[in-house]
Parts: sequence; structure tokens; C-alpha cells
Amino acid sequence: MNSPKTIYDKIWQDHLVSDNDDGTSILYIDRHLVHEVTSPQAFEGLKIANRKVRRPEFTLATADHNIPTMDRDKGIDDPESKLQVETLEANCDEHGITFLSMADQRQGIVHIIGPEQGFTQPGMTIVCGDSHTSTHGAFGALAWGIGTSEVEHVLATQTLIQTKAKNMNIQINGKLPVGVTAKDVVLKIIQTIGTAGGTGYVIEYSGEVIRSLSMEGRMTVCNMSIEAGARAGLISPDRTTVEYLKNRPFSPSEDKFDSAADYWLSLASDDGAQYDKVIKIDADEIVPQVTWGTSPEDVVSINGNVPDPAKISDSEKQKSMSRALEYMGLEPNTNMTDIKIDKVFIGSCTNGRIEDLRAVSKIADGRKVAEHVNAIIVPGSGLVKKQAEKEGLDKIFIQSGFEWRDPGCSMCLAMNADKLKPKERCASTSNRNFEGRQGRGGRTHLMSPAMAAAAAIKGKLSDCREF
Amino acid sequence: MEKFKTIKSNAIPLPMVNVDTDMIIPKQFLKTIKRTGLGKNLFYELRYDENDKEIESFVLNQDEYKDSQILITGKNFGCGSSREHAPWSIADYGIKCIIASSYADIFYNNCFKNGILPIKLKDEEIEVLLSAAENSLNFTVDLESQKISYIENNTQKEMPFELDEAKKNCLLEGLDDIGMTLNKVSHISSFEEKQKSSNPWLYSQTIK
Ligand code: SF4
Repeated sequence: MNSPKTIYDKIWQDHLVSDNDDGTSILYIDRHLVHEVTSPQAFEGLKIANRKVRRPEFTLATADHNIPTMDRDKGIDDPESKLQVETLEANCDEHGITFLSMADQRQGIVHIIGPEQGFTQPGMTIVCGDSHTSTHGAFGALAWGIGTSEVEHVLATQTLIQTKAKNMNIQINGKLPVGVTAKDVVLKIIQTIGTAGGTGYVIEYSGEVIRSLSMEGRMTVCNMSIEAGARAGLISPDRTTVEYLKNRPFSPSEDKFDSAADYWLSLASDDGAQYDKVIKIDADEIVPQVTWGTSPEDVVSINGNVPDPAKISDSEKQKSMSRALEYMGLEPNTNMTDIKIDKVFIGSCTNGRIEDLRAVSKIADGRKVAEHVNAIIVPGSGLVKKQAEKEGLDKIFIQSGFEWRDPGCSMCLAMNADKLKPKERCASTSNRNFEGRQGRGGRTHLMSPAMAAAAAIKGKLSDCREF
Repeated sequence: MEKFKTIKSNAIPLPMVNVDTDMIIPKQFLKTIKRTGLGKNLFYELRYDENDKEIESFVLNQDEYKDSQILITGKNFGCGSSREHAPWSIADYGIKCIIASSYADIFYNNCFKNGILPIKLKDEEIEVLLSAAENSLNFTVDLESQKISYIENNTQKEMPFELDEAKKNCLLEGLDDIGMTLNKVSHISSFEEKQKSSNPWLYSQTIK
């Protein structure tokens, strides 16, 4: 009998082209997502070396990082951003790659549109020049972010040179309490293992809680694997996965769907498979979470307080905590629920899907955004936007005083016009609270969509369970 | 890529942990379509104030470190995004070697693709090197023999470092990964043939 294997081992095995003499391996890459920011230098490299794209049909491109979320018909103002987007379009034209332009309703954040289009499927190897490619692991695909040199490598060879990572299993057992969502789960995980906890590992999430999550929720969890230091996060496929993929534009055609689904389900980790590390978290312990500092591991429950550096014995930790508190403009021991905010950002590849917008609408319905708060909602894709409008969510948002924008990365990384001013404080559903991430001097608190909506209404960090 | 040669230089001490890619090169500089020219924006927000004026106290603005080719820093360096603009800006500034106790995975790999040597040492060793760097001592980084050496109080000090053999060779030879992989193109084609028959749906995907 074969020894039990993890899903990571199985996908690796199924994509091994050859082992190099030096211990690295050449892995075949099934699908490649491309966006405007990390690709121009890769195409330039191909041109210089006179190389072609090996499999343009396995590649899907869109513009998302650097585009406006308002007044789209006027085009892109910023000349550099404009050139970057035009360069991508020209490169796609030249190499025969499908490009979803800003005018296309299917355009959106790469990690939202891949799954939405059925381009992302279980068992695939998927890469993109963006660290949140880990999102696609929700489908049981081995998906990870790569740098521009590797983008060029994939374009030219449809493979990558890789060394195998270690296996980590994170089990979330029990049942999530009311008001606690996938985002709270992943923030709890990062708080538990730290931002370098997953370095060198591929994380597989399992347990009852993960099984009970929708595909949207699973994507939220896998999305932030990179914040836990892991290049990839994985969830074994099950019926929920198969159901999601029925009738998507890129999904296997009807005559092949069942055999594809059988293959997908066969990839799930075997009982008794060995992991290099196992972490267990009890769902009962998870409450709505928020971050207080400038690292995604700076997590505290909404009922908690800003931590006090004076209570820390490790001097290095104490220093970095004081630095974070100074940057964040926070006093130790303040109640989290006493922290006033200026802005709210709902969107990003972590939480810009329809389920996230529904959660926001439940809290927003019949209420008003606090007077002093500017709150924007940026759907993750044109199709998410369309679906939300079909359900009438846009009306609820607008009536409550939220701005309803066009899809893109927006204030998740603030490369376009959407950004914080120095010292502005933001309740954000995105994934990074690094210094300057949402604008120079800007202060970010990460949380779930329901929590961000609650903060918008109250004008300060609040517990969504009180709504 | 240029071959990696022995470095002789003083080293920039940056005693910070979790230095992320937004700190290394903030997003406003990601709009470029070129690889070069980013060195002046390296550590932009730590290096310049709101009016684009140099912040004197920041180490890169101190005269003795302006031409350093080595950076010494704390754990988890380069965490955050996959942007290769981070190693590009470091290389463009003229830094050829980073010494830290740990790195984020993607950043670590990106270094080798851009001719930068990222050395991993223990926290205690980093402490020792940081204080030598603060005194602006000169270091020699010899990749061939995997040693960092410097002279302190008239004594020769040496610190060996570990490195994966394959990665070492890539740097020493200045090898191009793509060229090496394309030498195995027949393996790639036969893999595709095999996959096409076992998982045919992967090859008949069309947008509806
Ligand atoms: S939404 Fe944010 S994290 Fe996601 S791809 Fe865009 S910039 Fe990256």
C-alpha cells in the first residue's frame, strides 16, 4: 500500500517535470495570472532574449493594482499608471494572452476573477506575480506568489524551479461562535503562529470550521497565508469546491466535468498523512479580532486593550511594540472600542467578494455612517459589483452613506488615488497594516467586513455582535 | 547576470526586525516599467521627510554609509509582497550583500535572481556584526569560501556562513535560470503530453 500523502505531496508529484542535480525541481505550472505592476519587466526580458510565451492560453491578464475606482470612463489620469496598463495590454496583444480590460465587466482583482471565472481549479499549480496568490489554495490548488524574474520564467517555459516546502497542518476544530467569520479565524491564526510562523512551509487548513466555510470564506483564510509567512495555503477539495466550479466560464466542459471532479476529490489529504508541524486551534476561543499595530500578527480581540510595552520582558519586542504604538498614535491599555476612526475601506482580495458585501449590508441596512467617517466600498470584480446591484446592496450602501466604487485593489495598497492622509485612521478589510501601506503615515486596523461596517456606523472600532 | 565577486566594503547597520517590502520600496515607485533607477527611492519613507528632504539621522543619509555594499539587519527581512522592485532597488543602490537572521521566502529567492547574496546568521552573530558595522569597520564577504571577515582591535575576525550549493553556484557563475530550464525543453514537452492524456480538461479550456 502507498503511504498516506498530503494534498501538497500529491500536487507536487503530479507536476514534477524533472529533478535537477542540485536538489531543486522543475515544476509544471498549469495557470498563470498576470497584472500590470509585476509584469512589464518580464515581457521586456523575453523581448531582449528573443523568447516567446510558451502557453499563452494558460495565462490570464488583467489590470487591477493601479487603476482608478471612480470616473472610469475618463480613463487613467496618472501618466505612469496609464503607461503601465497600456504596456500590459500591448504585451498581451503581442503574445496572444487573454486580457480583461478596465472596460470588461469581468475585470477585477486577479485573485477574485481567477476563481470567479473557473480559471482556478483544484489540483492545479497556479502562480502570479503577487504574494496573495495563496488565495487560490482555497480550491486545493497549489498557488503561490512569485517575483518578476519568475514571471518571465513561467512565460518562457511554463515551469518554475522549486524546492519542496515542509507541510504544516492548522486545524480549526469546533464551531464558530455567532458574529465570528473567516477573517477572524485567519487573524487568530496569524496571532498564534506569528508572521514568520509559516516560513518554509505550505499550510494546509483543516478541521470542522474550515469544512463549514463557503468558498468565499476559505479564500479569505488562504489569502492571508502569506501574512503568516507561508507562500501557499491549501484546503483539500470537497463537495463545496466542486459545486462552486459548476458552470463557470473556464470550468471543464460538461463531458469532462465528472472525471475532473473525481480527480479533484482524490487529491484530498489521506487519513494518517504526516505533517512536519500541526497546530490546533479551538473555534470557541475565537472572537471578532482587530489589529492594533503595524504587523498582521499584532492582533487583539475587540474586547481587549492596546497592549502595554512596559509589560513585555523581551527588549527587542518591547522596542518594536513602542515603535508600532507611536506610529499608530495609540496609548497603551486603551480599550480597543474607544479608538476613533476616520476612514473605512471595504474591499481587497481578502474581503471583496459578494459574501463580504452581504455581511456589510446587514449591518448598514437602515443605519448611517458616522458623520466624521468617510467609508468606501470597492467590490473585488465587475461581476461582484453586478451581483451586489442585482441584490440591491448598492442602494443600502449609498443610503447609509458609503461610497460605492468600481473594482480594483484601491486602498488595499493605495497605488491609485485612494489613500489615507498622514495620521488618518482606517478600519480596513484588507490584509496588511504595514507602515504606509494605505498611504504615508496612514494607520490601518485590519478586521472583518462586518467589523469594518460596525466601525463605520459607530465612528470607532466596535463589536459587530452588538448590531 | 554579472558574476558575484568578493565584496570589500563597510556595512550599513539597520537594527530593525520585520522590515517589509513597503518599507524597502513604497508602492508609489512600483509604477515603473523598468528594472533600474529605483536605488534613490530605497527605504524612501525612512530616508526622506514629507518634503522629500533627507532625514539626517537615517543611516543611508550618513556620509560614511553612502557607498556601502553590505546591509546588516534583523529577522524576517523582506516580508510582505512579492515585488521584485525590492531587490531591484537594493541592487540599484549598490548593495550586493544582505546579512540578517532570517528572510521572507519570496524576497530571499528574488535576491539570487538579481545577483544579491542574502546571508543568514544567528541573532547573536548579527549583534556582533551590527556593532562592528556601527563603528564603520570594513568587511570582506567571500562567497567562494563562505566567510565574512573583518579586523577589529587589530585582530582578524572571521564568520563562516551556510549557503545552498545550487544558489551559490548561480551567483558565482551569474547563471540565467530560463536558459538552464530551456535546455530541458524535451522534458517539458513530454510532461505536457502525459498530462494531456491523464487530465484532458486542462487542455481544452476555452472562455465561454
Ligand atoms: S487587493 Fe491588495 S493584496 Fe490583493 S492583489 Fe490587490 S493589492 Fe494585492
